[in-house]
Amino acid sequence: MLTHLQRLEAESIHIMREVVAECEHPVMLYSIGKDSAVMLHLAVKAFYPSKLPFPLLHIDTTWKFKEMIEFRDVMAKKLGLNLIVYINPVGIEKGINPFTHGSAIHTDIWKTQGLKQALDEYGFDVAFGGARRDEEKSRAKERIFSIRSAQHRWDPKLQRPELWRLYNARKNKGESIRVFPLSNWTELDIWQYIYLNNIPIVPLYLAKERLVVERDGTLIMVDDDRLPMDRGELPMVKKIRFRTLGCYPLTGAIESEADTLTAIIQEMLLAKTSERQGRLIDHDSAGSMEKKKQEGYF
Amino acid sequence: MTHVSDLIAEDIEQYLEAHENKSLLRFITCGSVDDGKSTLIGRLLYESKMLFEDQLAQLEADSKKVGTQAGDLDFALLVDGLAAEREQGITIDVAYRFFSTDKRKFIVADTPGHEQYTRNMFTGASTADVAIILIDARKGVLTQTRRHSYLVSLIGIRHVVLAINKLDMVGYSQEIYNRIDVEYRTFASEIGLQNIVTIPMSALKGDNITELSVNTPWYRGETLMEHLENIQVEDAEVKSGVFRMPVQWVNRPNLDFRGYSGIIVGGSVKPGDPIRVLPSGRESRVARIVTGDGDLEQAISGQSITLTLTDEIDISRGDILATTDALPSVADQFEATIVWMSDEPMLPGRPYLMKIGTRTVTVNVSTLKYKVNVNTLEHVAVTKLELNEIGICNLGTDQLIAFDPYKEDRDTGGFIMIDRLTNNTVGAGMLHFALRRSQNIHWQAININKQAHAAIKGQKPFVLWFTGLSGSGKSTIANLVEKKLHSLGKHTYLLDGDNVRHGLNKDLGFTDADRVENIRRIAEVAKLMVDAGQIVLVSFISPFHSERQMARELVEQGEFFEIFIDTPIHVAEERDPKGLYKKMRRGELKNFTGIDSPYEAPENVEIRIDTTVQLPVQAAEQIIIYLTEAGALGRP
Repeated sequence: MLTHLQRLEAESIHIMREVVAECEHPVMLYSIGKDSAVMLHLAVKAFYPSKLPFPLLHIDTTWKFKEMIEFRDVMAKKLGLNLIVYINPVGIEKGINPFTHGSAIHTDIWKTQGLKQALDEYGFDVAFGGARRDEEKSRAKERIFSIRSAQHRWDPKLQRPELWRLYNARKNKGESIRVFPLSNWTELDIWQYIYLNNIPIVPLYLAKERLVVERDGTLIMVDDDRLPMDRGELPMVKKIRFRTLGCYPLTGAIESEADTLTAIIQEMLLAKTSERQGRLIDHDSAGSMEKKKQEGYF
Repeated sequence: MTHVSDLIAEDIEQYLEAHENKSLLRFITCGSVDDGKSTLIGRLLYESKMLFEDQLAQLEADSKKVGTQAGDLDFALLVDGLAAEREQGITIDVAYRFFSTDKRKFIVADTPGHEQYTRNMFTGASTADVAIILIDARKGVLTQTRRHSYLVSLIGIRHVVLAINKLDMVGYSQEIYNRIDVEYRTFASEIGLQNIVTIPMSALKGDNITELSVNTPWYRGETLMEHLENIQVEDAEVKSGVFRMPVQWVNRPNLDFRGYSGIIVGGSVKPGDPIRVLPSGRESRVARIVTGDGDLEQAISGQSITLTLTDEIDISRGDILATTDALPSVADQFEATIVWMSDEPMLPGRPYLMKIGTRTVTVNVSTLKYKVNVNTLEHVAVTKLELNEIGICNLGTDQLIAFDPYKEDRDTGGFIMIDRLTNNTVGAGMLHFALRRSQNIHWQAININKQAHAAIKGQKPFVLWFTGLSGSGKSTIANLVEKKLHSLGKHTYLLDGDNVRHGLNKDLGFTDADRVENIRRIAEVAKLMVDAGQIVLVSFISPFHSERQMARELVEQGEFFEIFIDTPIHVAEERDPKGLYKKMRRGELKNFTGIDSPYEAPENVEIRIDTTVQLPVQAAEQIIIYLTEAGALGRP
């Protein structure tokens, strides 16, 4: 009898192999977070002893935590990965940032548009993403193989029934597929798997004394000198960690003493708020995740 | 996420160790809108302490604002993601919910209760180990209950929980409970459902969900949560059975390693075990079981692994590796049940793609025996299957495939059907058994083959397929082309739509289903003639992409030339050489192509003739020139 983690692992590996067997140019989106870490670990397992038969793609926004970028480069070197880093030139040209442009435009230009550009430029027809169905209401009905139109839009009419273990990876010219091998994992499954397999994660998940400012009740880490200080605002040192990782000005920290993996799992299990609450982009407007998905956000 | 366990706070490592060994149970809840399905799922999430304070606060606020429970918590609101969509008129289908207890992790397939019900419930049920069938105690066993139960038995779920819900509304009456229980069991045994456990409950009030209710002192069984935690399922994915592994991917990092990757869908395997490759029938032994965590001594059903064998034999994606003790069957003709999931009806004779295991082949339904009325279970004769209809049929594949009957193995007996033009998944099916005739009729090896037939005629055989509206000029042009070919000394034959309908196809009418069969027969005749070394001219309206594509694929590459006689419908109607348009306008003809029956204009054809600018002689000339340049008129 397999345990729930063994079954989830086997399912994810099965999904990845289906893609590689049936599709021409797959790529794995690598966001450096804990879900990406698990997805990458599973991918290495799925194709062993062969090397990963697809590249990794990181859509950089230039506003990620420094430690994330360091971690990314160390992992790529250690595992000998073919890593593509894509930065939207429009974002650079216009100097898009969350302060003057707001989180909605910031996310759209750097992430949504950046991702579409990268997929088009390299001609990838399938992209693996680490999204999970338990993350958010609108994800609960997402397919494992999610068809996108030539404009990368998510059209509910294009979505196909998924029965048994049979995934339909065929597509028409111009269409692409986003594939979510971690669909059936929960946040707890992810942490448990990381713990069991000693999977390396970005140290920002662990509590440490870091420089922060408090804004509207949210702790924002002062990761570099681009964070504008309001009048009279003074950065302070607090022992904090992050439950999810994104762009540093848009990711709220929590005060925590949990500086080991077991301690953060413990803290999560005893936690009273959900994981995405620290993400400022979900709160932009009602149903905002749903809307972003239709526009092509992962 | 305040899991009740004190272990979390006291000894997290011990807690994690215990939780490593949790099993996984997947289930589906079946019920109509008012049976309290959403309330039940919401209640399970709530009771398993899977809600965070922010979500709980949201729930409290929403319950006051839009709830239906007079300010009390309205659990249905937790799973209303789909309700929002419904208002927007978007397709609604399966949502998956997750919760876990100290013993098990659960995945719930949540399907909305009305439109598209068969398609969605079938999809959600395909991965479920257990089905919870909800009954409103006030209403008892309804038509819908029967429909849900039939679908559950069809997809092969072996464990059913009959949840007699809303018992609070009938004063927790044991008499009502007993009456419904007996009535349901009588019906269930008729459709072959066994292992039914009945639980009296109120999802709204929380009776018998996690704690035995004081309101039902006469009930001594398990609570719903206890039952879900303890039920022993031979789960859908982890079967004991005999060893089966469809090959997903050939793992070939270098010349020294050749492995076959896949997920074991039945039984177990050890190094040294003899295996057979199907459909080829070659045998070998397992050398190693390779995984990213090192080699294994044994692998069991549900694991994704890579096998190496002791012999170098030809194996590719789509093959099945099986134990030599109990082999799957190999066939190309089957009886099967099909559940249709597309707005476009399923037409017998039309080719579709079939994905079974890791193999994709072309399939068509040769006989649609009947459809099953899901409400009454009556058999109804039909000529096509519409969305959400279930049909029993014979089907044929273009290649031999290895399979097990679906009721023995979901993974080697279940398949999906894919439309060849849109690439959408349009149906799902379950193989029952191989038809005798496919096992007993063998392809006769013939010594005088196509090459020999062609050589003696001194020509290359091929098909000229003329398609276009009625009155477009197909037959006129085809006639001229045949005359020219004849004068060039070619052996030709012209198959004309009208003429063939007088003989071979006189049993067929003009419905979509009959049109498909009409073309299928003619394509097969054309194929035989090509095999006989003949040049075949086919002049048929042939309105659908699919069938023209099928005709093309029946012969070899380079042997098929599609000619689109492109005449706008108003021009064809003006010409009206056979007076058919006039008849149609008088209402004497139904299913007229281009009017009330569709014509799918071809896009990528070898030759397009625009009859508004070309005379028939010019068109025939153009076709001969094309064939000459393509080298089709040379010697074989």
